Amino acid sequence: MPEEKLKPEEILDISYTPPQKDWIKPDVKFKKGSFGYAAQGKHLKYLDLPNPRDWRPQEDDWQLPEDWENIIVKGIKERLGKNRAFQLFLDVCVRCGACADKCHFFIGSGDPKNMPVMRTELLRSVYRKNFTMAGKILGKLAGARDLSVDVIKEWYYYFYQCTECRRCSVFCPYGIDTCEITMMGRELLSLIGINANWVTEPVANCFRTGNHLGVPPHAFKTSIDSALEDIEDVTGIKVDAPINKKGAEILFITPSADYFALPHWYTLMGYLMLFHEIGLDYTWSAYASEGGNFGFFQSAEMAKRLNAKIYAEAKRLGVKWILGGECGHMWRVIHQYMDTYNGPADFMEEPVSPITGTKFENARSTKMVHICEFTADLIHNNKLKLDPSRNDKWRLTFHDSCNTSRGMGLLEEPRYVINNTCNNFFEMPDNTIRERTFCCGSGAGLGSDENMEMRLRGGFPRANAVRYVHEEHGVNLLSCICAIDRATLPPLLEYWVPEVQVSGVHELVGNALVMKGEKERTTDLRGEPLNGKEGQEDV
Amino acid sequence: MDLGQAISQKKAAILGKWFRLIMDTYPLDASGFLGREKDRFANPVGYTISREIEVLYDELLQDMDSEKLAASLDSIIRIRSVQDYPPSEAVSFVFLLKKAIREELGDDISDNQAYADLLAFEARIDKLALLALDIYTKCREKIHQIRLNEVKTETERAFRLLEITRRMHDVPDAEEHPGDGENLSP
Repeated sequence: MPEEKLKPEEILDISYTPPQKDWIKPDVKFKKGSFGYAAQGKHLKYLDLPNPRDWRPQEDDWQLPEDWENIIVKGIKERLGKNRAFQLFLDVCVRCGACADKCHFFIGSGDPKNMPVMRTELLRSVYRKNFTMAGKILGKLAGARDLSVDVIKEWYYYFYQCTECRRCSVFCPYGIDTCEITMMGRELLSLIGINANWVTEPVANCFRTGNHLGVPPHAFKTSIDSALEDIEDVTGIKVDAPINKKGAEILFITPSADYFALPHWYTLMGYLMLFHEIGLDYTWSAYASEGGNFGFFQSAEMAKRLNAKIYAEAKRLGVKWILGGECGHMWRVIHQYMDTYNGPADFMEEPVSPITGTKFENARSTKMVHICEFTADLIHNNKLKLDPSRNDKWRLTFHDSCNTSRGMGLLEEPRYVINNTCNNFFEMPDNTIRERTFCCGSGAGLGSDENMEMRLRGGFPRANAVRYVHEEHGVNLLSCICAIDRATLPPLLEYWVPEVQVSGVHELVGNALVMKGEKERTTDLRGEPLNGKEGQEDV
Repeated sequence: MDLGQAISQKKAAILGKWFRLIMDTYPLDASGFLGREKDRFANPVGYTISREIEVLYDELLQDMDSEKLAASLDSIIRIRSVQDYPPSEAVSFVFLLKKAIREELGDDISDNQAYADLLAFEARIDKLALLALDIYTKCREKIHQIRLNEVKTETERAFRLLEITRRMHDVPDAEEHPGDGENLSP
């Protein structure tokens, strides 16, 4: 479907009402700004994925393999056999519509196929046609439709307009998880060589260098060293950051953006300062240098392959347990899938905080603890000296990242940390936070620059709630615990609420943390003057 | 007949019609929700349009305060600029007010031969449409600027990686060793 060119007689045909469409007939126009580029052949080759080639979604010929229909039908059959949830979700929906108006893409766009129930129907209709008696006999009357190239194009368009955030599933009376449907849809597409570059390139990078950004070990070390220099500038303290240290008690894993992007960098500084202050016996890994798992946005198999490297590194280094940084989908993978993929991690021990003695029983199986749980426990046991006034320039709110809130129930710990490190915290409205939080609109592989219009559409409900607390309470900072959020919320807010900046929670910890032997701080971690210390930052 | 007074008196009906006409620019399956759901956080699109067209309506009848008009138009157009509309349809909602007024007051205008008043009022709506065009352009420029910034960030990241690699392998810096670059050229 090439880019549309209007005929002369169509130019003045300005429509005030869109034409009525029958949902069952696939109809997608790949308009610039509303879809992601296709994965390049070289990345598919690197990952041994089928049908490697260079192609463009906006062109007619997608260069599908000859027997693509058989591959898809066989792929559906295989997944129905090994994944009972898939079969259940396809069969059980009664189209009650409870999910319909809960998706941020539907709310922001008004596109009916962004209703979760409709997005699922795109796949369910093909399932009906090929796997149910009613669908085979009654066809369209039973909501069944044939596979066609246009159906495949529609799948690519809409399954990459779902951020797998699972807000819809909170409202479904049957608990249908549309994210699982999207995951299956993407797996099926991948079988015939249809992948998004924003997903597949990071996955290939992760295979090659251990992280999505493709940062090799020496650059990883240089980057961490650079953060240590920045910490010394702010605090006067030389902090150590052990890398690949065998026999350390704890392995620390965080998303690669934390050590290579802004504003993630300040969160990284916060981690390093905290670990130094409590004297943690830990190590980074230059090989498992990525907490995120873009494989999760492609297929279960790919998610498993990427997740395995974290545990392989934990085994190689001989650590007792793993501490994980501020990431979103890393935690969904750990909390809901890791045990099935690569567990049990019985070569490690049940995590116990070496500082407080607290047992993290919730992580008994995966052996991986969220840093917000870890830090909240330190604060609760009075192990940290904190000066919240150092964050007084911020009037902040907290964005519950989809995966940590809905995927693992981490709701109170980040708030506890924020309330102990900041004086001016304001919640967004109830129906936009916690389990009902609105997605950033750019997760699950949608965060590419070419997809900007779609991202701004999908992120509008989130930004709308941020704008409300900005107007009501003068909020100027949106804090969050997800690296994708930290990367994608700044452009979102630049469009909708440019007065509000974005931070991680451990940036706030780093600011408030009173370290033993530190010099009088005149700036925060961003190098900006602390309240009342203006003009002293260069002294 | 004082058309301004009539428009003011029939505000609820005309505004309601204008809102419904705007909702009809969305696909049928969505327009119901967008027009019905009143919660400003559950339905920010419908809520924003409903709130802001009332401000526009009042200003058209009063002083045409350009700041107020621009702010309200911005709130609506910022949304429609990222939705699936070509430019003409993104700003078409302004002209739908003409349709709403003619449908609600058409007979009165005809009976009272108030066409001159109607033309004068519609000229105000035309000004609003021109302002809408400016705002739409600004919103689209902003989107492209944001995208450009993203590309720049990615490029800077790549250069940073390159710089680290260069230092690791002791490749001389072009600025430190002018002329070396020529030797490195293919």
